[in-house]
Amino acid sequence: MRALPFAKRVAREILRDPGTLVFGLGFPLVLIFLLTAIQANIPVSLFEIPDLAPGITIFGLSFMTLFSASIIAKDRESSLLARLYTTPLTAGDFILGYTLPIVPIALAQCAVCYAAGILLGLNISVNILYALLFSIPVSVFFIALGLLCGSIFTDKQVGGICGALLTNLAGWLSGIWFDLSLVGGLFQQIAYLLPFVHAVDLVCAVIAGNFAGIFPHIWWVLGYAAVTLVAAVLLFLRQMKKQ
Amino acid sequence: MDAVRTEALTKTYKDVVAVDRLSLSIRQGELFSLLGLNGAGKTTTIKMLSCLTAPTRGDAFLHGKSIRTDTAAVKKLIAVSPQETAVAPGLSVRENLELICGVYGFSREKQDAKIAELTALLGLDSVLLKKAGKLSGGWQRRLSIAMALISEPQILFLDEPTLGLDVLARSELWEIIRSLKGKATIILTTHYMEEAEALSDRIGIMKDGRLLICDTVDALKKTAGAESIEQAFVTIVTEGVK
Repeated sequence: MRALPFAKRVAREILRDPGTLVFGLGFPLVLIFLLTAIQANIPVSLFEIPDLAPGITIFGLSFMTLFSASIIAKDRESSLLARLYTTPLTAGDFILGYTLPIVPIALAQCAVCYAAGILLGLNISVNILYALLFSIPVSVFFIALGLLCGSIFTDKQVGGICGALLTNLAGWLSGIWFDLSLVGGLFQQIAYLLPFVHAVDLVCAVIAGNFAGIFPHIWWVLGYAAVTLVAAVLLFLRQMKKQ
Repeated sequence: MDAVRTEALTKTYKDVVAVDRLSLSIRQGELFSLLGLNGAGKTTTIKMLSCLTAPTRGDAFLHGKSIRTDTAAVKKLIAVSPQETAVAPGLSVRENLELICGVYGFSREKQDAKIAELTALLGLDSVLLKKAGKLSGGWQRRLSIAMALISEPQILFLDEPTLGLDVLARSELWEIIRSLKGKATIILTTHYMEEAEALSDRIGIMKDGRLLICDTVDALKKTAGAESIEQAFVTIVTEGVK
């Protein structure tokens, strides 16, 4: 399978980038510990670990978009992609090669966040494994979004759009930092039209063992993942043709 | 048989004609250089011949395979060393070579043999374990050419292979390119006249997407009534071919 050496290369480049450790692992962990410390000192229930840990895993996954978009944008700019387009690699090989290696990275990031959650009082249960499983479509959504952005934007633009804008959107509109009903109105309506809060509600329900509560959120997540993946593939093919 | 034959190959981008009815033949084993000012159409020609961009009109045949209808077969014949170094910066030199071996589906044994062969040919031993992104421009160019040679291409495209290199690195790379002559048909684009003169069997000069002339260095000088290839180039580009 020709996609495998390419996937291996993508994994190596991402894992060797110090930014992966800082943003992918360090930042979510700092947030979990920091917000738990804040919770210990405030009278209201805002950052309780059963909701905070799954919420932070989803927030952390938004960095997968940055990783996938950055590597594609860099490959386009350095002409490495142009070189590889003249080899027998097919469009499918490229898409698999960019997508597959990031899924285990995303799951490892979630696992570390849950491990930190356990240290801070999250109950150890099989639901954590289920939550990891349900994080896969969320990961696919974020990775596909990276594929899409990397096919359109330059490396510099990717840093701003995926690194700053998207992570903020994912943070503010996912209900991690505050209950969206506290703001309500149009803000809440918009948030529930986007996948972030559905992804958080989905994994929170799973962690709580409330499997009936995964609906309708699972449909939103799967729908967004599917649509983003199709759009990403089409845009990738378009830029491949434009080469 | 010709290694490359183009028939009225044309590429237009909206109102701009990047390559205009290019017709030429390049023999097997020949080192053919394309010269021209910026925007002359050299890189677009290479992109079409290497199936990176589709022609608007016309066709080209590489060992008889059409770049329009038989791209998979053409891709098996060619390799490209693009204008930019096009290496994976976070991988070591060896890992870059392994990547290309993997893409071509080489066995472990073939991969090791090929890497040993190319390491020796391009003198990459001393940097084999270094990250490609940390290498100087000259070493990255060597690696880029090694990556292009892995698949044992019958036609090798070198797009501005010595661009931005210092005199010493350029001279070393010339030696490497000379050593490849006869092993593959090489099509090279360059802005350096002395490079084209030193390496080429024949030179094609392009201007505004059109091939003005295509001949040996001596014949070009004679046609232009010039002492040097640089003078010949300037005369042909400014005054045309009489």
